[in-house]
Amino acid sequence: MNMLNIKINGQDVSVPAGTTILEAAKSINVHIPTLCYLKGINEVGACRMCLVEIKGGKSLVASCVYPCSDGMEVFTNTPTVRDTRKAILELILSNHNRECTTCDRSGVCELQQVSEDLGVREIRYMPNKEEVYTIDALSPSVVRDPSKCILCGRCVSVCKDVQGLGALGATNRGFEKSVEPPFNMALNDVNCINCGQCIINCPVGALKEKDDTDRVWEALADPTKHVLVHSAPSVRAGLGEAFGLPIGSLVSGKLAASLRRLGFDRVFDTNFAADLCIMEEGTELIGRVTSGGKLPMITSCSPGWIKYCEMYYPDLLDHLSSCKSPQGMMGAVLKSHYAQSQGLDPKDVFVVSIMPCTAKKFEVLRPELSQNGLPDNDVSITSRELARMIKEAGIDFLSLPDEEFDEYYGDYTGAGTIFGATGGVMEAAARTAVEVITGKEAENIDYEAVRGVEGVKAADIKAGDLTLKVMVAHGGANIRKVMDDLRAGKLDDVHFIELMACPGGCVNGGGQPIVSAQDKMDKDIRVERAKALYHEDKDVLRLRKSHENPSIKKLYDEFLEKPNSHKAHELLHTTYTARPKINNK
Amino acid sequence: MVDLISIENLEPLKEIIAQHKEEPGCIMPILQETQGAYGYLPIELQKVIADELNVPLSEVYGIVTFYSQFTLVQKGKYKIGVCMGTACYVRGAQNVVDRVERELGVVVGQTTEDKKFTIEATRCLGACGLAPVMMINEDVYGALTPDKIPDILAKY
Ligand code: SF4
Ligand code: SF4
Ligand code: SF4
Ligand code: FES
Ligand code: FES
Repeated sequence: MNMLNIKINGQDVSVPAGTTILEAAKSINVHIPTLCYLKGINEVGACRMCLVEIKGGKSLVASCVYPCSDGMEVFTNTPTVRDTRKAILELILSNHNRECTTCDRSGVCELQQVSEDLGVREIRYMPNKEEVYTIDALSPSVVRDPSKCILCGRCVSVCKDVQGLGALGATNRGFEKSVEPPFNMALNDVNCINCGQCIINCPVGALKEKDDTDRVWEALADPTKHVLVHSAPSVRAGLGEAFGLPIGSLVSGKLAASLRRLGFDRVFDTNFAADLCIMEEGTELIGRVTSGGKLPMITSCSPGWIKYCEMYYPDLLDHLSSCKSPQGMMGAVLKSHYAQSQGLDPKDVFVVSIMPCTAKKFEVLRPELSQNGLPDNDVSITSRELARMIKEAGIDFLSLPDEEFDEYYGDYTGAGTIFGATGGVMEAAARTAVEVITGKEAENIDYEAVRGVEGVKAADIKAGDLTLKVMVAHGGANIRKVMDDLRAGKLDDVHFIELMACPGGCVNGGGQPIVSAQDKMDKDIRVERAKALYHEDKDVLRLRKSHENPSIKKLYDEFLEKPNSHKAHELLHTTYTARPKINNK
Repeated sequence: MVDLISIENLEPLKEIIAQHKEEPGCIMPILQETQGAYGYLPIELQKVIADELNVPLSEVYGIVTFYSQFTLVQKGKYKIGVCMGTACYVRGAQNVVDRVERELGVVVGQTTEDKKFTIEATRCLGACGLAPVMMINEDVYGALTPDKIPDILAKY
């Protein structure tokens, strides 16, 4: 590789050609502040926070986009650099609604961090616009507060380039410039899939989840309510970060303990329903393959993807598995079987789900996900909201003992836990489908070919004489490639496709703890958090196949009869509806 | 002045798009011709453009709001541009605008209900010697006083 030798603050560094000054500095632990920079996604040099001086150069350059050249001498800490950065930051802050004490992002805000790092103690500029901003809180998932927006463009790039949507865009120019949905409509009325990727990639508190913790506190305080909670696979791989643990720490035991301390009557695990989902979806797939049903069948666990399909591919809805998501299945089972077995009226059972996802908040509102007028789940909160509740309750998360989830609906296998990573649903399905088709125990149940963060993956899975052709894609833009191919008739020989709206799958969901752009420079959170799940699957759990979960067997024996039975269809399967991308009527 | 097409009729728009679709950077000419044909670029038209070009609506809207040549609201048959340049301003342009607004019942930037007039405040029209000045489409009126406004408007 062609290496370049440069000097940063007098220190020699050798970097491959194509490296930016920012990256070169990072490699020798020289910190340069950034705001608009988001590795691989928003490298536009817009905010000028990362200015540095180059020996012999006429003006300061934006190090996040400026490539190193051989012999270059860079200074990141001269009086000019410091003064200029500070002036730029003060200009940004002069137009910023500074209310850190009540801001959702306080503590993990990049603007706050940069202000601290640069030692800003006063702001010498007056705001250049007196504007009254309206907060857009009409979406059940995402709240937009333009008074905090610093126009960095990160959300725009994520939504358009990573998710393939462009629900948010830059409009107008000059002082009038704004980042907003087209025609300044509510996010709820445009082509937004509620994924929350814009939230976790916004440097400030301009985008945040719709906070539903009040409703949970209220239920917990209501003596007439029997309050159940279930937590999704990926929460255990992300939650620890909100308490200072390294990215990718597995915290299943502390998660169960903290939920119990919060006062939930029973602490269950969505992983149980993930196992259940495999039984239903696997059976549905085998049915479609053997009896000439619609193929390829596509997974239906990701609510962001489901809305995507309803808006962009309404002609292909019949490819979707009819299975509810694990969240939906869990709520449905708890309000029927659990309520019955405990002698409870389903009306008094309140189900809370903890999800790495903001789109799940949209899913719980779907009228089709209910029984007798009662929603399957009452409230869905994100990992971030749970962390907030734990802090507010004064629970010292890090010193909690590791506890187990409650039995039966808290029992799960490794197949359930890997649902949280891209390829995980496919692998879990393969573990079960292969053994059901062949009737024999499989030798190898690690399907490496479907793991990892490559955007679109394809594999052949052998089940006796049958070869199942499968594909996996994650992130909206990759999903569109696959779906456009499907529409064009290029995927007719494929049997099964797993699609997840968030890049990396649920581990990197829009409801997970915030990781700064600087931390994402040298850590791929999709990879680190997935490792936690594969570790739990391989090293912690005894059972690794959904069909071996004894509680799942029991549920079929005493309640559901068999996968895809009439009863199962009634409770665990759903329907989809085409919907418009833009709602301007 | 050519008659504008109603936004109910999307066929001409589809023709405009079809004509340019394959060209690189086709979005600018499409927007210009569409505005020429329909007079403005409301959401109904932008949605069609976004769908046909397979780009997000936010991208089309971003371009439309970036360039001042494009307008989101329907303009009247007659565009009244009252000069607010320095020369006109010091010679009473504000009183002229006030009177125009009162006569028409709408304010600067708006269009009368019958779609006849749109009032706009413009920069120097290069006729400072005649200040205060206003234009109605191509016609120039100078040395204005508020009293002259009703008669001028009556001509249209
Ligand atoms: S966005 Fe950041 S700087 Fe702004 S109020 Fe919130 S915490 Fe403070
Ligand atoms: S939630 Fe997802 S789809 Fe909606 S604006 Fe944010 S990134 Fe785009
Ligand atoms: S909403 Fe956040 S990510 Fe989007 S432009 Fe504003 S500050 Fe940047
Ligand atoms: S210009 Fe480099 S971080 Fe914004
Ligand atoms: S200022 Fe009005 S024409 Fe020059």
